[in-house]
Amino acid sequence: MATVISNERLTDGVYHLRVAGNYGGEMGQFYMLRAWGAYPLLSRPLSIHQVHDDGVEFLYHVVGEGTKLMAELNPGDPIGLEGPFGSGFPQVEGKVALVGGGIGIAPLYYCAQELPGCDVFLGFSRQAFREEAFRPLAAELMVNVGGLILDSVDFTQYDHIFVCGPHPMLKAAQLKAIAAESAGSQTNVYLSLENRMACGIGACLVCSVSCRDGQRKACADGPVFRSEEVIFHD
Amino acid sequence: MTNMSASIGNVHFKNPIVMASGTFGFGREYGKLYDLSCLGGISGKGLTLNPKAGNPGTRVYETASGMLNSVGLENPGVAAFLEKECPHWETLDTARIVNLGGNTLQDYVTGAEMIQRDADARERSGNVAVDMIELNISCPNVKEGGIAFGIKTVAAQEVVRAVRRATKLPLAVKLSPNAEDIAVMAQMCQEEGADAVSLINTISGMKIDVRRRSSVFNNLYAGLSGPAIKPVALRMVHQVAQRVTIPIIGMGGITSATDIIEFIMAGATVIQVGTYNFMNLRAGSSLVEELEQFMIQESISSLDEIRGII
Repeated sequence: MATVISNERLTDGVYHLRVAGNYGGEMGQFYMLRAWGAYPLLSRPLSIHQVHDDGVEFLYHVVGEGTKLMAELNPGDPIGLEGPFGSGFPQVEGKVALVGGGIGIAPLYYCAQELPGCDVFLGFSRQAFREEAFRPLAAELMVNVGGLILDSVDFTQYDHIFVCGPHPMLKAAQLKAIAAESAGSQTNVYLSLENRMACGIGACLVCSVSCRDGQRKACADGPVFRSEEVIFHD
Repeated sequence: MTNMSASIGNVHFKNPIVMASGTFGFGREYGKLYDLSCLGGISGKGLTLNPKAGNPGTRVYETASGMLNSVGLENPGVAAFLEKECPHWETLDTARIVNLGGNTLQDYVTGAEMIQRDADARERSGNVAVDMIELNISCPNVKEGGIAFGIKTVAAQEVVRAVRRATKLPLAVKLSPNAEDIAVMAQMCQEEGADAVSLINTISGMKIDVRRRSSVFNNLYAGLSGPAIKPVALRMVHQVAQRVTIPIIGMGGITSATDIIEFIMAGATVIQVGTYNFMNLRAGSSLVEELEQFMIQESISSLDEIRGII
């Protein structure tokens, strides 16, 4: 069991959780968190917002029973962590854009720390959060509230683009990646997917993702996939 | 000395704790978290003759004290399993159960024949990768076959008979709680020469998204598992135990040593742990310790003392 250092409310339903302990992990990887006993049945996958020597941090949005219980955590409370799991964003060189939508900005902060000089695009439906934390790390920071942040990103201008956000945003990013490629650009676009998970380690296959080469696991082969690999069904 | 061991035919289980099919992959992932040799056994992800992509759409949904799943038997197929997983299984020091499903009678038979041929070839070089076949006639998440065989005793009988002829390996038949009469089904399996029955598979269930006004699952219904189904599973194990003399592999919502003891008292020889693996990734190793502690505390020197006492 780990211990909660702080659990700060950032805006409506959005929290910043800090957990003490020596936890590692790479950009885009996640932990399975459990702040309760038997129920809710499943642990919750949360991507790493930041790791440092004395702890690991997460951002989460209260959407169901599990995150509701997490929102009640106080400093000193115990919390179960398993991980880090998954295959995250690659270490890359060149010109990088990080594009986040809503709670999808969570893993991008770690990326911004690891990739100095990247451009950061953050989109929110109602209210921005944690945007100021990105400012000292970003070459350029663009924040949009209520619009479509992807519209501000020229996919032909980057070597690598990391995208994390709601499902429609990932689909739109894939279309932009295809358009950029047709225009002759060599941009590598990576999408971080959010699927419901059970085991989190690649055994149960409930988080399966349709890819060009067959079914892949969001928890073990992902959550980060190259944009051209993923087949969106809806 | 506490003796937790059990046997089904010539298959030895060092303890009654077996990891259930569909929740444990082929063991590789959990094997990174703890030493699988502490387990009584593992039952691998359900296989079909040919690879299956499984169901599209949402595959999991939490319910009160349980979960619904609609994976739809995504699996690499028998040939890929034999080639890629069996070399690893040869190295495992635990009972290895291959779970075999199918859409048609012929699929089951061909799959079983391939597993038998592979076992024969390995035996010639002194190796074993598979100790038992668990015949899955009860997957609720595939449209044809699977559950159709699992509900009607007559349809199941044909499959069990044909697979029994196709393999010499110890054969367990995994039964569906949705069967028209699970005790009659179990009796049929015994008469057809099965070495064991395992039960229960998931209970067919449903979840509706009221805002979208549709089922959460593309396949409409899904399989309910977890502690929510334990009382039903226990009752069915008990009913089957009254009817058959072959060993029973009991499962359904087990999350503790006392749950295990309940299933043994109801008549199970060994048990399987499924959904609990998701609640606790180290479920296997922690249950083995917990069970041993419980047996010491309660002065149970062997599971034979309490098996089927109810």
